[in-house]
Amino acid sequence: MRNIKYLIIGMLFGIILIKSQVVSWFRIQEMFRLQAFHMYGIIGSAIVVAMISIQIIKRFHIKTINHETVVIHDKKFHWGNVWGGLIFGLGWAITGACPGPLFAQIGSGFLVISVTLLSAITGTWVYGLLRDKLPH
Amino acid sequence: MIELIKQPWPWYVAGPLIGLVVPALLLLGNKTFGISSSLRHICAACIPANISFFKYDWKKESWNLFFVLGIALGGFIATYFLSNPGQVGINPATITILQHEGVKDFSGLLPADIFSFGQLFTLRGLVFMVVGGFLVGFGTRYAGGCTSGHAIMGISSLQWPSLMATICFMVGGFVCTWFILPYLLQL
Repeated sequence: MRNIKYLIIGMLFGIILIKSQVVSWFRIQEMFRLQAFHMYGIIGSAIVVAMISIQIIKRFHIKTINHETVVIHDKKFHWGNVWGGLIFGLGWAITGACPGPLFAQIGSGFLVISVTLLSAITGTWVYGLLRDKLPH
Repeated sequence: MIELIKQPWPWYVAGPLIGLVVPALLLLGNKTFGISSSLRHICAACIPANISFFKYDWKKESWNLFFVLGIALGGFIATYFLSNPGQVGINPATITILQHEGVKDFSGLLPADIFSFGQLFTLRGLVFMVVGGFLVGFGTRYAGGCTSGHAIMGISSLQWPSLMATICFMVGGFVCTWFILPYLLQL
């Protein structure tokens, strides 16, 4: 039951993704062709608002609802950030979707995107399989 | 109010709202925003196949699966109760280029002449849905995150590896859109 709150946050996030058309293949095309500010505005303003929120949480030592200290783990650079990033970028432009929008597209009635999602899960699995052999 | 909600939302409304998901998750349960991990948890739960990368207690991370289920539910609600966005008002210049490259259907969020069950067993459909999906899933895990985990959560918490990853997402996307997609669309 304690996971219901994440279901609700996810639901609100899904509504935003559809209402702002972030899940549209056309919007991604427009972004990569530099023909609209829409996607840049969304990602940029999301980053700014998130950054300010995190600074406020840190500055004022705001605790979670369970009175825990908020923890954000540091990420360590590895070459996967580069190689994996480039591969993800290729897929992003082809499918017009990153993982979040895939779920929203399916909910939106594009049931065929379940195939894309299944393929993405397979991609993740193959990464797990080959992980030790890949440069990091 | 309801009329406003039913319109497509501009970037300056949607972006800040997405940004607020980050503190909401942190304060509700010390969770860091990220979606691609859900794909890993699904692998760990369904087909771990004795691969060490999938041997961990995924149930501890099950909040993430509720989160993505919520996204699908939100997609349903927005589409069926808060007006279907229908045709996306993209730049006419983009439409002209895409028409030139072979896209015909501009009536929905996705072009049905590429993304539909009827197209699934054509070469083009297979490349866009199956190969594209594979690259998304493989790349995001290799990179250690996607647009949510790296671009939004990572950059906003000042993680420079996330900035690197995000730059690479964009480079990969630009290269694909300008140099590869025109050929893929002709398939």
